[in-house]
Amino acid sequence: MTATGMSESIWPVYTRGLWRENPVFVMQLGMCPTLAVSNSVINSLSMGLATLAVLVASSALVSLMRNVIPKQVRIATYIVIIATFVTVVDYALQAISLDIHKALGAFIQLIVVNCIILGRAEAFASKNSVVRAITDAAGMGLGFTFALICLGAVRELLGNGSLLGFDVFGPQFEPWAIMILPPGGFFVLGAWLLVFAWFKERSARTAARKEPSHAG
Amino acid sequence: MSEQAQSNPLVRRPVAENAAAETRKMILTLSSVAALSGMLIVGVYQYTLPYIEANREAMIEKAVFTVVPGGVQKRAYGFSDGAVIPDPASAGFGERFYAVYGEDRSFLGTALEASAQGYQDTIRILYGYSPEKACVVGMTVLESKETPGLGDKIDLDPVFKANFKALDAAFDSASGKLVHEVTVTGHGKKINPWEIDAISGATISSKAVGAMINRSLQTNLPRLLPHVDALKENTP
Repeated sequence: MTATGMSESIWPVYTRGLWRENPVFVMQLGMCPTLAVSNSVINSLSMGLATLAVLVASSALVSLMRNVIPKQVRIATYIVIIATFVTVVDYALQAISLDIHKALGAFIQLIVVNCIILGRAEAFASKNSVVRAITDAAGMGLGFTFALICLGAVRELLGNGSLLGFDVFGPQFEPWAIMILPPGGFFVLGAWLLVFAWFKERSARTAARKEPSHAG
Repeated sequence: MSEQAQSNPLVRRPVAENAAAETRKMILTLSSVAALSGMLIVGVYQYTLPYIEANREAMIEKAVFTVVPGGVQKRAYGFSDGAVIPDPASAGFGERFYAVYGEDRSFLGTALEASAQGYQDTIRILYGYSPEKACVVGMTVLESKETPGLGDKIDLDPVFKANFKALDAAFDSASGKLVHEVTVTGHGKKINPWEIDAISGATISSKAVGAMINRSLQTNLPRLLPHVDALKENTP
């Protein structure tokens, strides 16, 4: 296989998670951490990167061991592998910043049960080469991070009047406290899903309109 | 029937052997993955521990010097049977305090820990007490899961924090009690220096902070005040 041939076959694997099969906006997976920690950009970014790290490391290891793991105990093995990397990320985050670790609270440990990670291990990493598994995990992880930041940016801007901690609207602005509370998470997620659905429908309509003109 | 009964063990034997081999493989895989995971976690734990401890130390240090304004040096103490012992190895939360000293090594006050049930979960705080002023001189939240935007204002609202800049905590050693108990009033109703003005919309969190400071002062001042002179002399 030539180098270009390889990059061609790998590129869709990478972009799928970023956009077309975005774990949050399209597949609607991992909603629990998405709603819980997306109340500010920095929390969203940290949670996204922590999940990305766990996803890439566990996908790589699952893919490496895919031929030796007996089918009957594969889920148990995946969970052990995922839990290990979650613990590693937990310690790493505490070493980097206790404040961020405190802000994310129990949701770091709960990455273990994030269905995106087990889902990718079972559906992709266990059936593909290490390079493809890592690429897929990176795409999915970045897609998840992107979605969290989309939510976090809107919620922090409206709920706190700031972006990444910097004041945007000045002291005159009365923050919409509800946006950083749990209901705000649902509102903003709903709004983003609406935007994505609208995009999807519009592109489907343009495709449908093009088709008859092709035939004609 | 008898023929079938005889043939059955013959059919089953290879299956049983297969199953045993499979079980062995399962056990082997799971235990090697578990061993690998254990080693990885221990390695990372060992590597990150000094960084995590340094972060914790920095966090406490920052909190201590926030609640006792002007502090630059501190010394940890623990309460033990009516005495105070320096550098306690394993004092539980609330059984520890910090003596804080200024730039000229003068004793400024102590930072004490307190905790109580808030609206969501236990709130843990650190507050500064100056024996000279007989006042609480500062407060910061160490741990809280209070509602963002409402209860978490106990740490973010400068107006609420201003309650603790000079909160009267005069102690009557004759009766062994505070002259005035620290109380929490409704928002905007504070009149006396021993009252805390509650945050509007977060009365439960505000009351929890007031109650924990009151209880901590009542318990700790009788066992702290007799040793103030010793703390003044034992500069770090």
